[in-house]
Amino acid sequence: MIAWQMSAGLALALFMLGLLGLLARRSLVFVMMSIEIMLNAAGLLFITAGMRWGNPDGQIMLILVLNLAGAELALGLILILRLRNRITNLDGDSVNLLRDVP
Amino acid sequence: MISYLWLIPALPLLGSVILGMFGPSMGPRLSGAVGTLSVGLAAVLAMAIALQWLGHPPAHSMYQQTLWSWINLPGFSINVGLYLDPVSLLMVLVITIVGCLIHLFSTEYMEGEDGYSRFFAYLNLFVSAMLLLVLADDLALLFVGWEGVGVCSYLLVGFWFSESANGYAARKSFVVTRVADIFMLAGLLLLATQLGTLNIQNMLAGAVATWPSGSLMPAVAASLLLMGGLGKSAQVPLQTWLPDAMAGPTPVSALIHAATMVTAGVYLVVRTHALFLLAPSVLDAIAIGAVITLLVAAFAGLVQSDIKRVLAYSTMSQIGYMFLALGVGAWPAAMFHFMTHAVFKALLFLTAGAIAMRLDHEQNIFAMGGLRTKLPLAFWAFLIGSASLAALPVISAGFFSKEMILGAVAAAPMPGMVLWGAGILGAMLTAIYIFRVVFMVFLGPVNTEISGSYGLRVAIPLVTLSAGALVVGWLETPETLGGQTIFSQFLSPAVGVFRHLPVSAMIPLTGIAAPLLGVAIAYTLYRNGTWARAATTEPSRLTLFLKSGSGFDTLYDAVIVAPYMGLVQLLRRDPVDQMFMLLRDLAVALHRQLRATQIGQIRRYASWMMAGSVATIAILLFA
Repeated sequence: MIAWQMSAGLALALFMLGLLGLLARRSLVFVMMSIEIMLNAAGLLFITAGMRWGNPDGQIMLILVLNLAGAELALGLILILRLRNRITNLDGDSVNLLRDVP
Repeated sequence: MISYLWLIPALPLLGSVILGMFGPSMGPRLSGAVGTLSVGLAAVLAMAIALQWLGHPPAHSMYQQTLWSWINLPGFSINVGLYLDPVSLLMVLVITIVGCLIHLFSTEYMEGEDGYSRFFAYLNLFVSAMLLLVLADDLALLFVGWEGVGVCSYLLVGFWFSESANGYAARKSFVVTRVADIFMLAGLLLLATQLGTLNIQNMLAGAVATWPSGSLMPAVAASLLLMGGLGKSAQVPLQTWLPDAMAGPTPVSALIHAATMVTAGVYLVVRTHALFLLAPSVLDAIAIGAVITLLVAAFAGLVQSDIKRVLAYSTMSQIGYMFLALGVGAWPAAMFHFMTHAVFKALLFLTAGAIAMRLDHEQNIFAMGGLRTKLPLAFWAFLIGSASLAALPVISAGFFSKEMILGAVAAAPMPGMVLWGAGILGAMLTAIYIFRVVFMVFLGPVNTEISGSYGLRVAIPLVTLSAGALVVGWLETPETLGGQTIFSQFLSPAVGVFRHLPVSAMIPLTGIAAPLLGVAIAYTLYRNGTWARAATTEPSRLTLFLKSGSGFDTLYDAVIVAPYMGLVQLLRRDPVDQMFMLLRDLAVALHRQLRATQIGQIRRYASWMMAGSVATIAILLFA
């Protein structure tokens, strides 16, 4: 039996990694991947919580989160493909047409 | 015939409506004809009514015509009605006849001006409002005419509105008389609340029945009405607008600012004289104010260089004589001087206009000279008008009316003799300043180019008015010259019998000598070149002080206009609004701060979101 603190710590580490990737990376593909990692961290935290309180709801939530992640990933990839037609690279910072200061 | 009375104010009103609606498409000939004819028909009608009146005066020498009910409240009602008695009949005759002649003159004077039909529309509207003023049987209706003439005066002074100075003069005349009208309106409201009616005859009867003579209430009501009259008649302390009103076309000055509108104050006092008799102190104040006005204006007339301004100050001064007569209760004398003044002052103004027509609108008397042989018609007309204004004995109308006033003043109880002395001084000054103009303009070498010629439409009014200025005085003469009393007898049903009180022979003799002395002084000063030198040398401080009308303008600018404009400047930036502007500024500042974060970098947004989440969680956990 693994202590729930271990897997919760893993989830936290995964989340921080994803967040760092999100903040540090400029390539949109890597940003997407970072978001996936953060989602998986959240899913792991659900499982851990279900384990801690002996409740299967956590696992149900994981399936839901995975579904959402898949749908979101598909949508995100489509957007990235569309964006590639316009900016030729995948630098997220160059997509700033909505910024306020001219 | 008399039942057509309502047509008298209605005809000029109709003329003004026609001119106002179709004027621009009618062409100058037709609009001039409509303008003159509408007043001319009113004049013919007025003369017919007057003839019938002289033959068979109606019962009690008055005629009332109620047209319709205006305001009908329980306990208070105002009818739109006309009231004709000898006083208003005299006013109507003068307004329509002199008005008609001035319209005729204007058709030639204004030829080629922009807004030709507009001019006649305003002028007709003025005549209509003035007739309503004198015919009204109700003070509320009189006030309608009163404001009507004020508006027309404003429109006509500012007739050449493309020059901002004219607009300023128009505003000044409007605002100053409006200040007076506020007093008058307060007086009307006081009378309405105290006596329950504004119908002039009922109101006067009520006042006599309710208020004892010399009590406070009639004095307050009379002074409020008087303030309105002083403003309209350009008397101290509300006289400053009249010289500036000369910015209007000259026929306007002749009609409005000499013959008719400015005497509305005199008419008002005569019309309500029963009320004024209840307030002897107010009558004394009228006399003293009148003397101050006539001297201030006469001194100002001595140093003016613009011919129209000389005439403006002389108008002020002559109306001062009328008020002096009112102050001693000599109502017929005031009305008599009103009539002669209307004739000779209209004549003087029209002649000044006729001179200006030929001299390319020159008005500076020092730039003129030698016009006696070049413009004989203008010379004779101006000379006759000046003689009448200066009250040269026997030959002029002004002599008889001024004599009547001064005789009544001298016979009045103290301080009658002091007032009389001031009046005599004023008469001498009048002769000096008007003959100064005569000599400067008509004698000496010719200094200006003269062009054009006079048509009939200029000649007829000048000749008619000249004849009038010579003969109308014979309607009322002193004992020594026949003792004719047609005029005061005609007015007696309205204002009571007038008795020429016995005075010592010195009084009329001094009255004869003063103007002659004035002419002699004017001629001496002309011969030795004093007047001409005064034009070229730097004016002394005294001259400048007199020229500005004894500094009333400066005083009012400092005491009233400047603080008021200061307040306006303050309120223009709206202190209350500042509070709300502060809210706006705050919102804008916050907006500036927040928009700086909108930089289009997803990673920056994400970090802010993270920071926000962490902060929220921290607060939830530790708060």
